[in-house]
Amino acid sequence: MRRTPLIAEHRAAGAKLTEFAGWEMPLHYGSQIEEHHAVRRDAGVFDTSHMLALDVEGAAARGFLRHALANDVAKLERPGSWLYSCLLAEDGGILDDLIAYFLGGSRWRLVLNAATADTDLAWLERLRPAGVELRARRDLAMLAVQGPRAREKFQAAFPGLRERDDAFFAPTGYTGEDGFELLLPAADAPDAWRRLLAAGVRPCGLGARDTLRLEAGLMLYGQDMDAAVTPLECGLAWTLDLGAGRDFVGRQALAARAPRFQSLGLVLETRGVLRAHQAVHGEHGEGVVTSGSFSPTMQASIALARLPTESRPGERVQVAVRERRLEARVVKPPFVRRGRILVSKENA
Amino acid sequence: MNLPEALRYTSTHEWVRKEPDGTLSVGITDHAQDALGEMVFVELPVPGRQVLGGDACAVVESVKAASDVYAPLAGEVVAVNTELADDPGRLNKDPYGTWLFRLKPADGADLSRLLDAAAYRKGLT
Repeated sequence: MRRTPLIAEHRAAGAKLTEFAGWEMPLHYGSQIEEHHAVRRDAGVFDTSHMLALDVEGAAARGFLRHALANDVAKLERPGSWLYSCLLAEDGGILDDLIAYFLGGSRWRLVLNAATADTDLAWLERLRPAGVELRARRDLAMLAVQGPRAREKFQAAFPGLRERDDAFFAPTGYTGEDGFELLLPAADAPDAWRRLLAAGVRPCGLGARDTLRLEAGLMLYGQDMDAAVTPLECGLAWTLDLGAGRDFVGRQALAARAPRFQSLGLVLETRGVLRAHQAVHGEHGEGVVTSGSFSPTMQASIALARLPTESRPGERVQVAVRERRLEARVVKPPFVRRGRILVSKENA
Repeated sequence: MNLPEALRYTSTHEWVRKEPDGTLSVGITDHAQDALGEMVFVELPVPGRQVLGGDACAVVESVKAASDVYAPLAGEVVAVNTELADDPGRLNKDPYGTWLFRLKPADGADLSRLLDAAAYRKGLT
């Protein structure tokens, strides 16, 4: 298994380690529910060094990314600005979701999922024209510092720190809270981690990361979306930039391919836990749960589900949980953002 | 790994304690709760249900996954621990102090078929 530069820090913090996409990663450090609450109420830090930072550079880099990504990097004019995008196959299926940062000049940085990093790289290498260089930055570590007090505690940990070429900050995350992501040289990561913990930032594992992103209504690649679905079928239509005059990979196929289903949220109205792959029955037909768990913030089970295109928030559906059918309500994600519950837990 | 000598165990990670009235209390082992993670929901059988040894009898759900809890022996479910509905985390905090259901063993149910602490421990390695 591959290990991030922070493996010794994880062990020192008492992590329960698990395999994720070929990497040995912390699942939790004792209580994933407490870690979840720490991010909603205070501040937490995740090691996300298993994700791949891929630098895209060269005179033709902008044109290449405008062709390769379904969102349009032409929107990014200021260094440090960013956008979320899908990477599509020719047939409109999603190869990965990513964040693209504009570093300034003719330099860009993509952050790719760990599980798809190798296939993404091969795909981008195939599309790459002359005048574009792709550089996998495995020399960098990545930390996500998240929560309402993330900035304050980070500043306490690093008084006077300025952004420089080898420490890159981005105001992004995967939790629905304020915070940022930090890329820095792998050798500097253990010290940064220890400073953050000393400043009272709680180490958080993949378990809390999953329930936080689910509450925030954020899709997980390989679970809520994959190469068999298009952005129009999983709530990511907003990430497509269909401005005139840009021919991105998958665009033509999307125009010809009517969505077969959509992604919406479910809130379970009884006790129990929604899980991926459970069947959903509703007035408009069948669906399936793509991500489900227990929401520590709502103290109820929530899910993202693939539902018929006619389904609407407010409707009731039944979810097959073992031999029973449990009542759930269809809602529009997100469930929780910035510490606040946005969907009603009780019967609407 | 915490494994009280006074209890009996199953290879499917239940513990069994014989009560003074002859019923059997059933819970999940420390190993099981640690592997499953923090519990968020427990589904218990209906008292009066007749079960065979090895029947799926209850379900514990953690943040991570749902897991069946099996009847260690044949018998009748005579009681369930209703306190768990509001506080499933007790299974993590005190696995051997937190029973899920009580079973009145069927005639001829053989407790000696269950594992002692040493045999259960051996199965974990």
